[in-house]
Amino acid sequence: MADNTKNTSENLLEVSDLHVQYRTDDAIVHAINGLSLRVKQGEKLGLVGETGAGKTTLALSILRLLPARVGEITQGSIVYNGDNLLDQPESFMLGLRGKRISMIFQDPMTSLNPTITVGKQILEVLDLHFPELSKADKSEKVDEILKMVGIPPSRKEDFPHQFSGGMKQRIVIAMALIAEPELLLADEPTTALDVTIQAQILDLMRELKDKFNSAVILITHDLGVVAEFCDTVAVVYSGRVVEYGTVEQIYARRENHPYTSGLFNCIPDLTSNAPRLVPIPGRMADPRIPIEGCCFADRCPHCTERCRKAAPPVVERDGHGIMCHLFTEGGER
Amino acid sequence: MPAPLVEAINLRKYFKTAKGMLHAVEDVNLKVYPGKTLGVVGESGCGKSTLGRTILRLHQATSGQVLFQGEDILKYRKKDMKKVHLNMQMVFQDPYSSIDPRMSVRGIIAEPLEVCGALSDKKEINERVEQIMELCGLPANHANLYPHELDGGLRQRVGLARAMAVSPKFIVCDEPVSALDVSIQAQILNLLMDLQDDRGLSYMFITHDLCVVKHISSEIMVMYMGQVVEYAPTEELFRNQLHPYTRALLAAIPTVDLSRRNRERHTLTGEVSSPINPAPGCRFAPRCPYATEQCRREYQLREVSPGHFVACNQCR
Amino acid sequence: MAKRKKSLSEYSTGQLVLYRFSKNKLAMFGVVLLAAMALVILLGPLVVPEESVSMMHIPERFSAPGENGFLFGSDEFGRDLFARILYGGRISLFCSLAVIAIAFVVGAIIGGAAGFFGGKVDSVLMRFIDILMAVPSALLAMAIITALGNGVWKLVVALAIGQIARFARTVRASVLTLRNMEYVEAAKCYGSSSMRIILKHILPNGIGPIIVSATLTLGQTILSISSMGYLGLGVASPTPEWGTIISENKVNLQDFPHLGLIPGICICLTVMAVNFIGDGLRDAFDPRTKN
Repeated sequence: MADNTKNTSENLLEVSDLHVQYRTDDAIVHAINGLSLRVKQGEKLGLVGETGAGKTTLALSILRLLPARVGEITQGSIVYNGDNLLDQPESFMLGLRGKRISMIFQDPMTSLNPTITVGKQILEVLDLHFPELSKADKSEKVDEILKMVGIPPSRKEDFPHQFSGGMKQRIVIAMALIAEPELLLADEPTTALDVTIQAQILDLMRELKDKFNSAVILITHDLGVVAEFCDTVAVVYSGRVVEYGTVEQIYARRENHPYTSGLFNCIPDLTSNAPRLVPIPGRMADPRIPIEGCCFADRCPHCTERCRKAAPPVVERDGHGIMCHLFTEGGER
Repeated sequence: MPAPLVEAINLRKYFKTAKGMLHAVEDVNLKVYPGKTLGVVGESGCGKSTLGRTILRLHQATSGQVLFQGEDILKYRKKDMKKVHLNMQMVFQDPYSSIDPRMSVRGIIAEPLEVCGALSDKKEINERVEQIMELCGLPANHANLYPHELDGGLRQRVGLARAMAVSPKFIVCDEPVSALDVSIQAQILNLLMDLQDDRGLSYMFITHDLCVVKHISSEIMVMYMGQVVEYAPTEELFRNQLHPYTRALLAAIPTVDLSRRNRERHTLTGEVSSPINPAPGCRFAPRCPYATEQCRREYQLREVSPGHFVACNQCR
Repeated sequence: MAKRKKSLSEYSTGQLVLYRFSKNKLAMFGVVLLAAMALVILLGPLVVPEESVSMMHIPERFSAPGENGFLFGSDEFGRDLFARILYGGRISLFCSLAVIAIAFVVGAIIGGAAGFFGGKVDSVLMRFIDILMAVPSALLAMAIITALGNGVWKLVVALAIGQIARFARTVRASVLTLRNMEYVEAAKCYGSSSMRIILKHILPNGIGPIIVSATLTLGQTILSISSMGYLGLGVASPTPEWGTIISENKVNLQDFPHLGLIPGICICLTVMAVNFIGDGLRDAFDPRTKN
């Protein structure tokens, strides 16, 4: 899948053939199975997939925060700005996390420490990564970022419980952005929020992204959110990227991986008037059992003998890649 | 128009809190017709779940009436409640906490039958459980499994099967698909619609997701902080929404339609204020771009066209 | 496999719990151990007459185990240690189990009611529990025995009251989290009575931590009984009991360690057996344990 014709230096992040396993008492769970993706400087990538597709595992792998002794990267590389993160010592990662790569978690209620004022929590990031700044400078920066996310700086003496869910998520975003990271990993940042608040947060992220020009990986299950926010999309299924491309290529819905088409068909959309939804039959394959053929074969309406036997390669046209036998030579299309 | 199956009249539910009275549901009127679905939409804390639970008497109403086939069930004594239990059921949001982890699938579905005394013979109960499981798309060999062995979609089917066990006429569905993945969500929505077609069930479908509610409902009620802001047949609501809150809610939904990607967004500013001892008048007024003095004083739901009710002073 | 599944369906939940329990080796070991000790203690008196508990054989004092016909040796007055442990076991073993049982039941009822009904019931019951907790349990037991008078059963009641607060609080905490679960609401939807909800849904789900707390309390209770005995409360003086046997021999432990070791081992074995049984019960109630 590695594309050698591309100038790799323009890629901020390059994940190649990543394999991640979780070891439980009685089985090995194959969470990520040969996942590859690239993120350019300033790119907004939407990582779409359902529960258990391996989205969060990927984010944790990039930050090397997989649970110790349980989660393990067995194969592949994660190259960030030319450094393979999997070879770096922990001290290198400490300088990376929160400064050059930050993460926003799904639940704003639990990602803030309830016993520390929000101002102090944001300040902590600066204390860690910019110890050379003077106290006054740091305090000024905190005020500035709070203003940017739409919270009056006068409220920095307040504790997290004094804020609503949407406000807390703004604070989490402020913490993630204060070090002006090159890459922001946002794991379902709006899933726990109401739609009107979600719209506010997405507006805010768009605005801030323009200001800082960070690359963003937005992890979500919501195709709508991706359409509104992202430039490029990677659809993840069973720990693999089954389709990637620009938002336009994928949302045109002319050529899609059967799983992506299935996703489009089963969301109730405001504009459609179909009386019934078309669900994807069955459920995701058991991640404890390694798959031989195509990971989507069991649920795919176009499944053939070939799909069960051999894993399909990625067929790429104009940067739109699909991992499906239908699009290979001898396939239907 | 047939007689409504379930009707709420001026239903009100307040909770006593340390800081004062929390007005969770304020003078709600609604009708659910046989074989139809009423969608109740609103954001978290708007009182939609409380409304559903108050109708089923899981919460004791503060005032008002709930009529089931014309009888006020809020006046029922304990011994009359059996009629409610056999006819009105609920499906819950969280597939993880809504079924008892210590019971087998068979036990979970059989329990309502045992409790209601609908069937007493063990064999009859077992047969009934098998029927219901088939009806809800649960493979027969799952009967002896325990909840931790099932995924979210299957658990939600078990929750639905438990509600269906006593063959109710009316089911309150409290966000039954919001915790599920989209592909599973479609399976459950289709199942709900099939059951409705088959058995003439009526639903009250509580959700925060306007897309889902559009799909399944015949009428929609939009709530904001305990008040009904708009109430209309589904098509009418999507064609001609009148209340500023309904409009904002619709505009905020991210869509997969790229042509609407760069549309101008009127994002609602501010957040829901506290429903504890609220001021009189329209509770949306503090966030409403069109609010006037009058809005802050009075709230009234008016019928603007047949079946279309709006609580906004600006449109009449 | 299919055949076995089918036969499983014919069991009731209670039978399944028993089945899972019986498959737990450690738990069954605990049961056998406890049963063996109980049997010896119950049947022992048929062989060993009660007089030997206090009969002194001064010339044969400090016999080693097995010496002079004393199975466990003899103490500084030449009393038969085996007989003392046998008769003492009646008190140590059965009284401590009784204490736990009473405290468990009463505490579960109080804590369960407080947690489930909430509001005024909760306030009244928990203030009562607070009062119990405010007084050190040893002091409380002493006060009760002083008021009621000496006697084994009075001791049991006194110690049980001291432990009620612990159980009530544990039970209340788990009921509080469980009563808001949606499956409890569902049970209300189809008309389950409060009693049924507590017994069928809340208790099985909340029982794990309560059982662990009960088994851990047992060892402590055996020692409490002996400290009461040390203070001359509860157990009438000549009747030995394991804790008392250790404490009356404490000056001679350095030279004759078996005098402390043997009753100590008895206490350890009891606590261990009960712990195994407790863990087994906790797992047996959990369907996640494999059948």
